[in-house]
Amino acid sequence: MGMTMSQKILAAHAGLDSVSPGQLIEASVDMVLANDVTAPVSVVEFEKAGLESVFDKDKVAFVMDHFTPNKDIKAAEQCKLVRQFACRKEITHFYDVGEMGVEHALLPEKGLVAPGELVIGADSHTCTYGALGAFSTGMGSTDIAYGIAAGRTWLKVPSALKFVLKGKPRGWVSGKDVILHIIGLIGVDGALYKSMEFTGEGIAHLSIDDRFTIANMAIEAGAKNGIFPVDDVTMEYVGGRVDRQFTVYSADDDAEYDAVYEIDLGALEPTVAFPHLPENTYEVKSAPHVEIDQVVIGSCTNGRLSDLRIAAQVMKGKKVKKGVRVIVIPATQQIWLEAMKEGLFDIFVNAGAVVSTPTCGPCLGGHMGILAKGERAVATTNRNFVGRMGHPQSEVYLASPAVAAASAIAGYITTPDQL
Amino acid sequence: MKATGKVFKYGDNIDTDVIIPARYLNTTDHAELASHCMEDIDKEFIKNVEAGDVMVAGRNFGCGSSREHAPIAIKASGISCVIAKSFARIFYRNAINTGLAIIECEEAADKIENGDRVEVDFDSGTIKNLTRNEVYKTQPFPAFIQRIIDAGGLLKTIQK
Ligand code: SF4
Repeated sequence: MGMTMSQKILAAHAGLDSVSPGQLIEASVDMVLANDVTAPVSVVEFEKAGLESVFDKDKVAFVMDHFTPNKDIKAAEQCKLVRQFACRKEITHFYDVGEMGVEHALLPEKGLVAPGELVIGADSHTCTYGALGAFSTGMGSTDIAYGIAAGRTWLKVPSALKFVLKGKPRGWVSGKDVILHIIGLIGVDGALYKSMEFTGEGIAHLSIDDRFTIANMAIEAGAKNGIFPVDDVTMEYVGGRVDRQFTVYSADDDAEYDAVYEIDLGALEPTVAFPHLPENTYEVKSAPHVEIDQVVIGSCTNGRLSDLRIAAQVMKGKKVKKGVRVIVIPATQQIWLEAMKEGLFDIFVNAGAVVSTPTCGPCLGGHMGILAKGERAVATTNRNFVGRMGHPQSEVYLASPAVAAASAIAGYITTPDQL
Repeated sequence: MKATGKVFKYGDNIDTDVIIPARYLNTTDHAELASHCMEDIDKEFIKNVEAGDVMVAGRNFGCGSSREHAPIAIKASGISCVIAKSFARIFYRNAINTGLAIIECEEAADKIENGDRVEVDFDSGTIKNLTRNEVYKTQPFPAFIQRIIDAGGLLKTIQK
């Protein structure tokens, strides 16, 4: 029986010729990631277990992104714990304020992930790197403590769903709309324990940033990982960033899938997910009227340069609706610098938005834009669970940068075309 | 090993932001995490939970974030076991790795009601509903996972 792309990467890392769904394997890992929320738990567990050495100081990444620049004393203590551990163990890839960015934008940007690699991270959106043709998945802090010590992890080989993407997205339709549409279609547990493998000629029309957005939200359908084939777009992105050898894998022609979905990209419309689940999707043009209090443009889902460009294109020469707070958060220092050089900040600030330092901030209700009771936000983030951005009775609507920017101008959820 | 207690029942897709809201993730203190467990959907939970009690839920329990603080908060609240129709996969791993017992059982999740008293026998994989006089059978853990549990958690398996 043939193997899926994910299965091939797992087999190679387990030193096996082949694997099949349900099989438990032990695999070597190429990169182990944790952040300022999860790394402290890993470090405490690591030390409690009496472990001493890190398996490879070049293959561990700690990114201080969630509550940084530190929002309070406790957050500062957490970061200090990780900083001291990283220093003691001489961890190469420790990213603190001044160098850091939102982890899943930062690792690919720094060339820390290559096609065919196996990455585990103590963060559920570690699945983002599937955009590069890597197998990457989120785990908990104890798993990561084990990974940091052993350079290995246990995995159950997933079966897969295949998404055949056809056609070309129209107008303001982006990767965010593609993945929201898919989650609306299969539900928040539609891919539970499985891989989501994207294929089809439509992929050629998706930029690498679109693919990051799509793979990022695979977890929102319950998936173990999301993965794209490696093509010219991928090679162009990793060229100049990754200088080590890597292997490109592709699914066998006779690979088996639990289900196959055909998605016509040309038929998609700007999409929004209503509270409190990412599966509550509507096409924006036929969604109920929703007035908003805040707009957040950023996060590991949509805080990349192309996202900021789109938002700026929509907001250029316009003013944010009075009464709406707009927070733009470039995902990394590099993105911040480039957006500034391109003059995007002028557009945002003239429109009445603020631009923040890179941070997860409001995405998880951490800081930098918390919602009060009854308030509503349109966000380019990935989760709209109860209380995700603040008060348990606040609401988050998930959308693309284009829809978020248009909604900021209108004061209610809308598309740039309807402005 | 057995656990006996009363049931706190919740619905489908109970996510990690509900189990432990992100605003409390600036600590790793178990008791403090437990004190906020479930508070956004059930303020009474932490007041009423007693050691040994059991949580029962529907599909996709623990979806969302990878935060290990979620099973830690549930365990530290006194809950002995979570029974659900299905678990989100990261939560499933985290529960095993941190020693929170979890059981996938469609029938038990359907039939057990809020407030019922149940007895869970982990060795035989049986759940007795003492209130309704019913018995539900579940799958035992695969041997591989049992090994992690027997060792007392994942990290114990690599300790010298
Ligand atoms: S931006 Fe949001 S979803 Fe992404 S890593 Fe940060 S908190 Fe998690």
